[in-house]
Amino acid sequence: MGGLKAEAVAQIKEICGRYKDENTPLMMILSDIQNEYGYIPLEVQEIVSQETGISVAEIYGVVTFYSFFSLTPKGKYVIGCCLGTACYVKGAQNVIDKFSEILKIKPGETTADGMFTLDALRCIGACGIAPAVTINGTVYPKMSAGKVPEVVAHYVKEGATA
Amino acid sequence: MINTIDKLNENIAARTKDLQDKLSGADGKRHIVLCGGTGCLSNHSKEISEKFREVLADRGVADKVTVNLVGCFGFCSQGPFVKIYPEDTLYRLVKIEDVEEIVDTDICGGTVVDRLLYVEPATGEKVSKQDDINFYKKQRRVALHGCGVINPEDINEALGMGAFQGLKRALSMSRQEVIDEVLASGIRGRGGAGFPSGRKWQFAYNSQGDEKYVVCNGDEGDPGAFMDRSILEGNPLAVIEGMMIAGYAIGASNGYFYVRAEYPIAVNRLRIAIKQAKELGLLGENILGSGFSFDCHLRLGAGAFVCGEETALLNSIEGKRGMPRPRPPFPAVKGLWGKPTIINNVETLACVPYILREGAEKFASVGTEKSKGTKVFALGGKVNNVGLVEVPMGTTLRELIYDIGGGIPGGKKFKAIQTGGPSGGCLTEEFLDEPIDFDNLVAKGSMMGSGGAIVMDEDNCMVDVAKFYMEFICDESCGKCTPCRIGTKRMLEILTRITEGKGTMQDLEDLEDLSKTVKTNSLCALGQTASNPITSTLSHFRDEYIAHIVDKKCPAHVCKSMMQYVIDKEKCIGCGMCAKGCPAGCITRTDYIAPGHKLASFEIDAAKCVKCGACISTCKKDAIEKR
Repeated sequence: MGGLKAEAVAQIKEICGRYKDENTPLMMILSDIQNEYGYIPLEVQEIVSQETGISVAEIYGVVTFYSFFSLTPKGKYVIGCCLGTACYVKGAQNVIDKFSEILKIKPGETTADGMFTLDALRCIGACGIAPAVTINGTVYPKMSAGKVPEVVAHYVKEGATA
Repeated sequence: MINTIDKLNENIAARTKDLQDKLSGADGKRHIVLCGGTGCLSNHSKEISEKFREVLADRGVADKVTVNLVGCFGFCSQGPFVKIYPEDTLYRLVKIEDVEEIVDTDICGGTVVDRLLYVEPATGEKVSKQDDINFYKKQRRVALHGCGVINPEDINEALGMGAFQGLKRALSMSRQEVIDEVLASGIRGRGGAGFPSGRKWQFAYNSQGDEKYVVCNGDEGDPGAFMDRSILEGNPLAVIEGMMIAGYAIGASNGYFYVRAEYPIAVNRLRIAIKQAKELGLLGENILGSGFSFDCHLRLGAGAFVCGEETALLNSIEGKRGMPRPRPPFPAVKGLWGKPTIINNVETLACVPYILREGAEKFASVGTEKSKGTKVFALGGKVNNVGLVEVPMGTTLRELIYDIGGGIPGGKKFKAIQTGGPSGGCLTEEFLDEPIDFDNLVAKGSMMGSGGAIVMDEDNCMVDVAKFYMEFICDESCGKCTPCRIGTKRMLEILTRITEGKGTMQDLEDLEDLSKTVKTNSLCALGQTASNPITSTLSHFRDEYIAHIVDKKCPAHVCKSMMQYVIDKEKCIGCGMCAKGCPAGCITRTDYIAPGHKLASFEIDAAKCVKCGACISTCKKDAIEKR
């Protein structure tokens, strides 16, 4: 666990401490770590294990079961393409293929510069505006393959200036 | 604090008057409400509401007009919506640029902004009131009560809309009487299987245990279904109240909401509603002086579809991998942390306050013999009026698709409606006049599911649709039992082969065999229903499968390996837009100039084409077609 900075260790411990009064809080702890720390590598799981008394094997089992938990860091911008039925029948596959083509990564992967992660999402319930894409929480309604380059360009520019 | 029945009565009377004064204009103000559902928010309804405040302040009328976001209006394809009380004028497809005109013309000038009214497509008539729009006429709001009317982040508006009256009545009854009322209403679980909710409650009531739990299943995972999200976003207190009534009935003092992490707005509004109810003393110890104590907790999912299965959901709350448990023992006997537990879907719990408030008889007066009440459907796909609709059970598919849904866009031909998500099936034209209820849909080879209803037209390939669902199931299978883990993978491989033009007729027999095996041998409902999309498409669209296998053709031109893009050289005007946008650089100019045109036409090199479809969307002359 030598790889983790002291402040990261303190952050993880603080998150574990939030749910002391809850029965079986592992999912809540992991969700918070994923949201605030960005990913849940083995070193982090070891700290959670020490704090909660749950074995690392069990924690690892849970982390790898749920698609929201990630063992590797996600990109600065997480592009989620909804592939729910309503989006799919309106051409969502073409949209995600286009992102894939431009970013040169497959769904589930992150670009080498750490800028983008491309995720295929199950229905996000935005069927009224299908096909929907969400990027760091902003929902893009009625997407098409044609609109993809413009959206990517926007974030490339934003990422370069930020 | 509202800690006695008297105080609740006082409060309800005052809040009801407030709300009615607001809706009727008796408070001397105008009220602008905007849809704050996920769909409209992503079309900037929040920014529009801020713009309203800005313009109202600028025109000096800010103190005479309120602006609020409310829950989902349901008519997502026409959003964002702006509604103005007391006139009840509804504007649709509102943009930020329209705000000044609405304020100047309507709010200040008293004239309706004609161009922003909804136009009934069939008659071309402009409609200014929500209730006069065909989309809403056949609807009846029980589960969606209050959605799109009240501010979901203000408990006072919910109190003005009937909140806690159901609980009040429940607390005046014995626990068994409450269960009897729910049994008498005939309500069946809205999450998919349609198990009578009252019986579930009775089992948990009969189970012995020092502690019992109520769990609300908000892990709405069926792709194409978003009714639970909209209810939680539009009227979260109704679900909380339903959970409290259930808790009182079975003898539980703690309730757990399990909501998908994909629904941040719903989670946030639920959190606010729980906090406000606690502050008023409506959640906590000794509620309304009745001696009944109840607390609500919120747990989030983490992106696993199988957690919608009730025992997998319990494992997830317990901090484990979300794998289903063998049943029996059923959760009503041994559920969360080994204690008797009832798990009800969001929509079911949202109906409970109505049943207690209005009476079981009124609830049961709507619907069919064995399916009582209303059902919310998420109408999506190839239909004009995409949105959320609540109709009485027994409404026909035709009414749903054509009268409410406004038919198929672009004059295309209806092909099928898929209900029940990955567990359901496709129903074809011959079933359009069938009434929708739990048993009838199962009898016709599909199921109600959570209420997703995706309409497909002639451009959808049914083999591809079956493959889509199988990909989903294969990915989401938890891997615990062999038939589901391996069976779905093999079925997906076969379907992939067929869509790539490499299938054989033997594959169809193998699919049928595998379907049966997976259906009868899987541990939980995910596997038991996994083959439904295959069996239903195989029985209604066998010819499409055969076209893929024998003719090596995809009749809907969807399966890429069997389709190509072709430019009609007679129609092509040679503008070159398609070539400019082609990512593969496979479109080049020929030397053929069609009669009447000035420039030479283009052609696509099929060998280089990646079939992305970019050209077809840029061509203004419809000169490119799929063959």
